[in-house]
Amino acid sequence: MKNSENKTMIITGAGMGLGYATAKELASKGINLVLVDYNEKSLADAKAELEKDFPGVKIITVMADVSNEEAVKNYVDEAVKTFGRIDGLYNNAGIEGKQASITEYDVNIFKKVIDINLMGVYYAMRYVIPVMQKQKYGRIVNVASVGGIRGVLNQMPYVASKHAVSGMTKNAALEYGRDGILTNAIAPGAILTPMVAEAFKQVNPADPKAAETEYAQRNPTKRLGQPHEVAKLVAFLLSDDNGYVSGQTIAIDGGESNIYGNV
Amino acid sequence: MKRLENKVAIITGAAGGMGAVEAKMFAKEGAKVLITDVQEEKLKTVVAEIKADGGIADYIVHDVTSEESWKEVAQKAETTFGKIDVLVNNAGILGNVMGPLEDRTVEEFNKVISVNLLGQFIGVKTVVPYMRKLGGGSIINISSVGGITGSSNGTAYTASKGGSRIYTKGAAVELAKDNIRVNSVHPGYVATPMTKDMKGSSDFENGALSITPMGRGAKLEEIAYGVLFLATDESSFITGSELIIDGGLTAL
Repeated sequence: MKNSENKTMIITGAGMGLGYATAKELASKGINLVLVDYNEKSLADAKAELEKDFPGVKIITVMADVSNEEAVKNYVDEAVKTFGRIDGLYNNAGIEGKQASITEYDVNIFKKVIDINLMGVYYAMRYVIPVMQKQKYGRIVNVASVGGIRGVLNQMPYVASKHAVSGMTKNAALEYGRDGILTNAIAPGAILTPMVAEAFKQVNPADPKAAETEYAQRNPTKRLGQPHEVAKLVAFLLSDDNGYVSGQTIAIDGGESNIYGNV
Repeated sequence: MKRLENKVAIITGAAGGMGAVEAKMFAKEGAKVLITDVQEEKLKTVVAEIKADGGIADYIVHDVTSEESWKEVAQKAETTFGKIDVLVNNAGILGNVMGPLEDRTVEEFNKVISVNLLGQFIGVKTVVPYMRKLGGGSIINISSVGGITGSSNGTAYTASKGGSRIYTKGAAVELAKDNIRVNSVHPGYVATPMTKDMKGSSDFENGALSITPMGRGAKLEEIAYGVLFLATDESSFITGSELIIDGGLTAL
């Protein structure tokens, strides 16, 4: 891709799953990275792996709880101090919370989901956007979900937070479009991340693949997506190939959000 | 490796505007491109330009509202290039639709629906057996922001584009098992021969740009890059999705 050298992008939740897959994709294009995660070990492992595979790429890591405003400010400061600019922000960190009906939901867990998924994305935009405004250039990708488009049984805070991500994405597009900042969200459906693979092991310890196959039947493609497939979409939206897509929430779900009975 | 290496793509409405830019970009990325339109001379020019640039392209005169004509297009793609991996249903008209809806005629309405919606339906229907034979493919239907929101004085156009949007989703769900992906692209304001032909086009342009959050129209390449992404295997888990390329217009 064009002009990707000397670019710097921040990825939150970069230690594993979709964050790590995107880090790999961006590093393969020569983009310098600021990896953010709350898990020190996964962050160190991710950095070591990426530096081995992409020796030309400069990578720093910053531990942060994205729901802590000071911690967000700190990783943005570190990015600017090291690289002098921020071309892209991938707001990927997020949690699902637990499964419970609305009336049974633990209020403290509800607040935690909102703090990480909604406020975490907001703080990141709040501190990264001024840097991008000065550059008159920036690309932001927030992670919503099919749960940011439709409801998901027994996951109200997750759905609320992901709809919020889609709404905040629209507002950022409106308010900073004239500064050359393009903001979008992605809405992944079922993606086979390490976390999801672990869930299949719990569902069917003897044959996790069977659990996966059964789960995939609801998807029109009869399979789950792979993290690297999501990474390609994120990389497109963060690149200069994207000059005019902004304010959108783009589904990457094998068509799942277009069928009835998607629960 | 180029992003469309070894792929064969059909692009309709490619004698100029967005379709021609897509064709050139696809060819540059390694695709063999069959371009179609009703304007033969302009098709020849685009093919010559692609070839001069080292690309591979051919053309066929095509009426997208005719099933017979579509059969000829598919056959030509197969005999010339051996297969069909990608279809971009780009051909579209605004039609003589501007003005109060009670002044519009059934003929005008039918014409717009025929080119913009029926044309895409026949296109999908025609290429599916070819793609199934290959084990998959990617279809991109060019809709519009007019397929997302309403707009006064253009009801036939928006009906056709809204139809294209939801036809895409139905086809995507149905064809997913065949590994055929179907997505729609919705450009916002972009200066093309079609929009320039509009009555009062400069008023429209100024109006559209003043409410577009990015404060400018799209370059043709900015639309084409989105179409290219959906055509390649990079978008392998994206189907039934709508890629709105509008500078934030519909976010407002």
